[in-house]
Amino acid sequence: MLSRLGRFFVLSTSYIANYGYADGSGEYYVSIDSEKCNACGECIPACPMHIFQVEEDDYGDMAAVVKESHRKSLKYVCAPCKPTSGVRNLPCQKACKPGAIVHSW
Amino acid sequence: MTTQVEYWRWTESRYTNPEVDWRKASTITAGIDVGSVSSKAAVMADNEILAYGLMRTGSNSPDSALNAINRAIEGTGLTMKDIKFIVGTGYGRINIPFAGKAITEIACHARGANYIWGPVVRTILDMGGQDCKAIHCDEKGKVTAFLMNDKCAAGTGRGMEVFADLLQVPITQVGEMSLQVDKEPPPVSSTCVVFAKSEGIGLLRQGWSKNMVLAAYCSAMAHRVVTLLERIGMEKEFVLTGGISKNIGVVSRLEKELGIQAVPLPKDQKFDPQLAGAIGGALFARDLLAKSRKAF
Ligand code: SF4
Ligand code: SF4
Repeated sequence: MLSRLGRFFVLSTSYIANYGYADGSGEYYVSIDSEKCNACGECIPACPMHIFQVEEDDYGDMAAVVKESHRKSLKYVCAPCKPTSGVRNLPCQKACKPGAIVHSW
Repeated sequence: MTTQVEYWRWTESRYTNPEVDWRKASTITAGIDVGSVSSKAAVMADNEILAYGLMRTGSNSPDSALNAINRAIEGTGLTMKDIKFIVGTGYGRINIPFAGKAITEIACHARGANYIWGPVVRTILDMGGQDCKAIHCDEKGKVTAFLMNDKCAAGTGRGMEVFADLLQVPITQVGEMSLQVDKEPPPVSSTCVVFAKSEGIGLLRQGWSKNMVLAAYCSAMAHRVVTLLERIGMEKEFVLTGGISKNIGVVSRLEKELGIQAVPLPKDQKFDPQLAGAIGGALFARDLLAKSRKAF
C-alpha cells in the first residue's frame, strides 16, 4: 500500500494476508492484498457483519484486516451474503475499489 | 507419597552467549514472545543475541512475559533498566505492560527466521502451541504472504501434549517413538483434538502399540500443515519454527509428504528455533529504537 515517506510516496509493504481456516467441509479464507489496499476504509461500513477494520500493520503502514473475533467463523459469517447460485455480488468486494479483497470460497 | 508424573512437561531453559559482552554494546533491546504454551524472551546487544529464556506460559501474560525476561537476563548482570526497548509478540503480546510496541508473531517469525537461517529462507512453517502458520518472506525477512489456521488445537503443541499425556510418554520422546513402527499406520482422521484423543483411546483398545498411535497422530499433524501450504503455496527454501519443529516424527513425515527437506540449522547456531519469534521481536525493537533516536 501507499505510505508517505518525507515528500515522496513509496510502495512499501506488499503481502497477502489470509484470514480464516480450513475444516472438514472446505477452506474459508478472506485475503487482503496489502499492495492494493489503500486503507480507505470503505469495506468497514459495507460489510453487514462488520468483519473489517483498518489498522497499522507491523511495518508501520495502514491496511484493512479481518477482525480476530471473526476469523474462526467466516463460513457462517459470510453465508448470508453468498448466494448458492446466480450472480455473486459481495458487498465487501463491491466497496473495495482497488480490488484488494478475495474470498477463497 | 506419590508424585504425579507430567508427561507433557518439557524443560524450561536459558542461554547466555559467552562471546558477547553487553557492557561494550551501544544498544540493548529485547523481544518477548508470549505464546499459549511457552513464553520466550531474547535479549540483543547491538546485532548479537546476548541471552534468551524459554519458560512455560503461566496464567496471565504480564507475569509470563516477566518470567521469561527475568530468566533470560539471569546471571548476565543485566537489569531491566539496561534494556532500552522491548517488543512484545505472540498470542499475549497486547498484555505486556513493559513492551514499547506489539508486533504480530507473523512478522516476528519471518524476521527471526531470516536472522537464524539467513536470507535464503522463503517459507516459514510455525507450528506453535495453539495454532499453525505458513509465512512467506523476502530476502530481508519481510512478510510477503501469510496464512494461519487457528480453528482447532489438533495440529498444535497443545494437541501433542494431550497425546503425550494420554499415552504416558514424555513429550520429548514422542517423535522418536513414532518412527519406531514397522509399518506406517493411516493418520488419525479427526482434526479436533478432543475427537483425536478418543480415536487414540479406541486404537489402544484395539491393541495398537503406543508407537503406532503416536505415528498415526504425528502423520495427521504433518498432513494438516501440508494442507495449509497447498493454499498459500510452497516457496523453497523452507524452515520450521515453534515447539513442534523439534518433533522429528512430525518433521520427517512433513518432509516426506512435501518431497523436500527443511533447511538445517546452521552449524554454529546455538539458538533454539522456538526462539525465532522473540529474536524477531528483539530485531524490530532495535530498529524502532534506532528510528526514534534519529527522529530527535
Ligand atoms: S461476504 Fe458479506 S459478510 Fe463476508 S466479508 Fe463480504 S460483506 Fe462481509
Ligand atoms: S475497501 Fe479495500 S482498499 Fe479500502 S480499506 Fe477495505 S480492503 Fe483496503
